[in-house]
Amino acid sequence: MNALLQRVYFGLVGLFLVLPIIVVAGVSVNAKQDLAFPPKGFSLGWYGEIFANPEWRNALVASITLAALSAALALLIALPLAWFLWRRHAPWANVFQLLGIAPFTLPPVITALGLLTFWATTGFYGQPATAVISHAIFFVTLPLVTLSLGFSSIDRSLVEAAATMGADDRTVFRTVVLPLILPYLISGYAFAFVLSLNEYIVAYMTIGFTMETLPIKIFNALRYGYTPTMASVTILFVAIAATIFGLVARFGDLPKLLGAMSSRD
Amino acid sequence: MRREAPQKLTDYAPLAFPAGMLIVFFVVPFATMIAVSFFRRDPAGFYSPDFVFDNYARFLSLFFGKVLGFSLFLAVAVAICCVVIALPFTYLLSRTKRRTQVLWLVALLSVLSLSEVIIGFAWSTLFSRTAGITNLLVMLGIMSEPIALNPSFGAVLTAMVYQALPYTVLVLYPALVRLDPTLTEAARTLGASPLKAFFTVVVPALRNTVVATLIMVFIFALGSYLLPQILGRPQHWTLSVLITDQAIYQSNMPFAAAMAVFLVLVTLGLVALTVYAGRKGEAA
Amino acid sequence: MSGLTLQNVTKQFGTFTAVRNVALTVPHGTFVCLLGPSGCGKTTLMRMVAGLDLPTEGEIRLDDKDITNVPTHKRDLGMVFQSLALFPHLTVGENIAYSLRIRGAGKDEQKKRVDELLSMIHLSGYADRPVAKLSGGQRQRVAIARALAISPKLFLLDEPLSALDAKLREAMQVELRQLQQRLGITTIVVTHDQREAMTMADTVVVMNGGEIRQAAPPVDIYRRPADTFVADFIGMTNLLDFKADGTGATVLGASIPGLVVPNGLASGIVSVRPEDVHLTVPGNAPITGTVIFIRDLGGTIETFVEAAGKQIVAVSVPNARPDVAVGQSVGIALDPADCVVLKS
Repeated sequence: MNALLQRVYFGLVGLFLVLPIIVVAGVSVNAKQDLAFPPKGFSLGWYGEIFANPEWRNALVASITLAALSAALALLIALPLAWFLWRRHAPWANVFQLLGIAPFTLPPVITALGLLTFWATTGFYGQPATAVISHAIFFVTLPLVTLSLGFSSIDRSLVEAAATMGADDRTVFRTVVLPLILPYLISGYAFAFVLSLNEYIVAYMTIGFTMETLPIKIFNALRYGYTPTMASVTILFVAIAATIFGLVARFGDLPKLLGAMSSRD
Repeated sequence: MRREAPQKLTDYAPLAFPAGMLIVFFVVPFATMIAVSFFRRDPAGFYSPDFVFDNYARFLSLFFGKVLGFSLFLAVAVAICCVVIALPFTYLLSRTKRRTQVLWLVALLSVLSLSEVIIGFAWSTLFSRTAGITNLLVMLGIMSEPIALNPSFGAVLTAMVYQALPYTVLVLYPALVRLDPTLTEAARTLGASPLKAFFTVVVPALRNTVVATLIMVFIFALGSYLLPQILGRPQHWTLSVLITDQAIYQSNMPFAAAMAVFLVLVTLGLVALTVYAGRKGEAA
Repeated sequence: MSGLTLQNVTKQFGTFTAVRNVALTVPHGTFVCLLGPSGCGKTTLMRMVAGLDLPTEGEIRLDDKDITNVPTHKRDLGMVFQSLALFPHLTVGENIAYSLRIRGAGKDEQKKRVDELLSMIHLSGYADRPVAKLSGGQRQRVAIARALAISPKLFLLDEPLSALDAKLREAMQVELRQLQQRLGITTIVVTHDQREAMTMADTVVVMNGGEIRQAAPPVDIYRRPADTFVADFIGMTNLLDFKADGTGATVLGASIPGLVVPNGLASGIVSVRPEDVHLTVPGNAPITGTVIFIRDLGGTIETFVEAAGKQIVAVSVPNARPDVAVGQSVGIALDPADCVVLKS
């Protein structure tokens, strides 16, 4: 009885989560330029359109470039900070931890507007690099959280043991800390990458008038003319996110990454 | 390894790059935004430096009061819906096999990472006349002809709950996984039914977590900037939508900045109030 | 002289003094156990020897060189941690070879040494296994082999056997002592287990409250405790008040002639080990008491007797079992030679 109730409950939540995606998937395989559901005819042409149509292809390339670069920059900011906070006893440095978490926690419009006014005031408004830096700051929270978690899971006596065996600070970092933190580094990158790929408002407020990322492109299409390509891109994005998180789960410990105390073997 | 206080200047070296980036590209922009909120709008360009309170004075209108009231109401409604749905769900999830948990977590993360644009598009499709859910009902013979379900308040609320639900589950997840399972077992041995054990043991034990989650989802929902615009009527627009609208389409950055500062203050104020009330409730 | 010397070593954490004014000499090739209750400063003392903590005051010398401020990685140590601290991302062989690898040793040299050490700890053929796949005792031995890889000047072990079950722990104590004697390496072990200390050490250093209370061979620690803390901490003992009289001292209201009390000590405490408390028929001994409980452990029998308001325990072996029952009166005889006179 209880097991049945649980299944029904899980089923309903699952249906709620998946229903819009099913409808969009249906729309994406319409034969003609219809936004019909159930689809009229069947065609995978709208998926080809993402790569064939230069507008959509450029947006895809822009999005992936932005995500790859900004996630890397976010990692470069988060790694030394998380390492320092783990390695040293410096309470005042926690201010930077807070600063690293704030951009993602505040309503996104606020971070976006702050960056917009900043870029406009300094005269860099509209340049592609501004979007990379903006996204890196906006998403630095994610690698910062995964890395802090990763560092806190390293037994400090491992570092002491390496020191007693003759390793200086640099060697300890290279031979012990880095290999142990690597899974958290990768998942931090993955989180930042996927979220940057999907991000709209910060991208729009920094480079929205000079170039299009995919979310901007979809939004513009939403306002100025529907096409089933919007649906096929959406499905592509869902697939990318599910694949990346699936990989993180396959090679890392997802429950632990999301804050469960320890994995059960 | 004992965590030692930094001794030499070079010990601070790792901090230099992160601190520099966060100060230059977050603290300074935030300060810039506050400064701009006191500037005057310049119809020719963005704005011109000044020190006026005009932008804040505009809050004192009935229209603005309505928008603020609606924004808060919507965010509270989303937070409550999400926690009510997510709390039992996450509790049950935390008791399932590891494999099941991982599968759900992947699904939840995938939905969470979806762009608000995509969520808006997906739900507007689902609620539309041509490709909507009502077409299924017509096919099943329940309805005679498909209808459009948006724009409406229900559409906005549904999509925002959809957006915030995975976030809610992931915020609740650590606390629920760490919850000692012997607590409910003890309650069961004392004669409580599973449902009763959940409400008499799990929920009270998680009181602080639930309050913290409500606040976090509330802030998350306050940040929704597109869904009310795509799925609602103008009276369903929230402060975030207005800020975006003023900044981008009306090119009134000083006013947008003033609203943003105001939104931060309201957010922080409500959080502080709730935390304070929580502390007081605990002390009593 | 060669070996390790600590001079007036003090360590403070804020206002808390973890180690106070400790002086200790560990001659080359000896085995020393730091023994004491938790919080006595023994681990902090070892961490200072390892360079993991720096002394607030004092000097640490190794083979006549001042190493007080030499960083850990330049001390040529081998250390086994309480958690073992095996690197989870490396195999058994890579763990053991770690100190050689970071010193730039060649692959062949590393392999040769790893094979040598694995055979020493009876784990030949385990080089490529992940450490997570080992049993507790095997992990223990790998940690020991890893610490010995460079033939260190000092071999330090912090509660090395605490994670093992009782049987395995006793076997490892013997194994560790034999290994140390074979290698002739200067060794310091921190432990709270007195059996462990007594089994392995040349010198047992008993600590309490950040200070060394006694440093002596195990038998002396047991037979000649320096103070009441050591007497009470090591094994079972009876601590009895005494008052000096003309010919000896009065204990439990009875005079014990021949008990030598140092000049100027009017009263104090004598420590009598339970096996030195002899029970006889009442009247045959100066002290009389009542049996209140008998604990028969098979190998030994503990008889608890109340006399003059004090509880005294006597231990005997089965074939010398006293013929008594609970509630019975017994005589208690104490040999002055077995009584250790201490200040109270």
